[in-house]
Amino acid sequence: MAYHSGYGAHGSKHRARAAPDPPPLFDDTSGGYYSQPGGYPVPGAEVAFGVSQLLGDPMANMAMAYGSSVASHGKDMVHKELHRFVSVKKLKYFFAVDTAYVAKKLGLLVFPYTHQNWELQYSRDVPLPPHQDLNAPDLYIPSMAFITYVLLAGMALGIQKRFSPEVLGLCASTALVWVVMEVLALLLGLYLATVHSELSTFHLLAYSGYKYVGMILSVLTGLLFGSDGYYVALAWTSSALMYFIVRSLRTAALSPDSVGGPVPRQRLQLYLTLGAAAFQPLIIYWLTFHLVR
Amino acid sequence: MAFTLYSLLQAALLCVNAIAVLHEERFLKNIGWGTDQGIGGFGEEPGIKSQLMNLVRSVRTVMRVPLIIVNSVVIVLLLLFG
Repeated sequence: MAYHSGYGAHGSKHRARAAPDPPPLFDDTSGGYYSQPGGYPVPGAEVAFGVSQLLGDPMANMAMAYGSSVASHGKDMVHKELHRFVSVKKLKYFFAVDTAYVAKKLGLLVFPYTHQNWELQYSRDVPLPPHQDLNAPDLYIPSMAFITYVLLAGMALGIQKRFSPEVLGLCASTALVWVVMEVLALLLGLYLATVHSELSTFHLLAYSGYKYVGMILSVLTGLLFGSDGYYVALAWTSSALMYFIVRSLRTAALSPDSVGGPVPRQRLQLYLTLGAAAFQPLIIYWLTFHLVR
Repeated sequence: MAFTLYSLLQAALLCVNAIAVLHEERFLKNIGWGTDQGIGGFGEEPGIKSQLMNLVRSVRTVMRVPLIIVNSVVIVLLLLFG
């Protein structure tokens, strides 16, 4: 508030001061052309008067009211359609994070070997939101990491002088497409292996999105320390991520229903988990090696 | 491999078309994937093969009409815009 009023006052002072003196920009333009120094603020004043006349006009008022009602109607329609496809309440669960959770989760993604308890916690059959339970998956870290990865890719390409705006969009959509394909493959695998778990699509999206953190760390280390640093960081983040995925999927979602199940089905679920884990380092390498040369 | 979202949509449309084209009588029965050959008892373990057959049959049943619409739209658009 104070800043805005200060800015407005400064602006009016600037305009009042510009009337007697010529604005400095005016003198630097072409040498022969020298219009009157007071000519600059007068069209501005005319425009200001025109706008205030427009706002006072009843027709304009009605047009504005109609436009705002159409806009709100359109917004309601969009909300209704969106609610049919995506349950917003379930989505909000994944974004209920706080700073301490994000810090601890990032530490867990980089060094999961000392974490003891991987079980999800429930309160009356409802899983606890992420800011109360460290093991709960969230979608905040994957989305932020995805955006950071796209920006970092742009920076890395710029350092190698291979940057252009189309490449940025291509990088973003390629990473997104790989995540979508991985989630679809996981869903297909879970369906074929008849795993009755609570893993919804958003859970799989969250677990697939955690690899972006590893990608960012590898690219950063590659930019700072060269090619050797990139491979070291790649190996470290890949193994940490594989361990994290295997422990999370096995204890959180896949095993509760299959403890008493037949052996081939348990083996199938194990293969599915191991396959999902083994896919991570491949995709991390595929999406980042062209950025670090 | 640089993917765009458009290529993902194209690939998905082609894959669904490929599943929809598998004819029940002429082809699937001959390789033992007919849907009346797979439904075993009511045990709780369907097995991968019967899950796959169920998936193929449900994709063919559900996506028949939307595929007709989407294919017509895509054909018209490709004819117009190349």
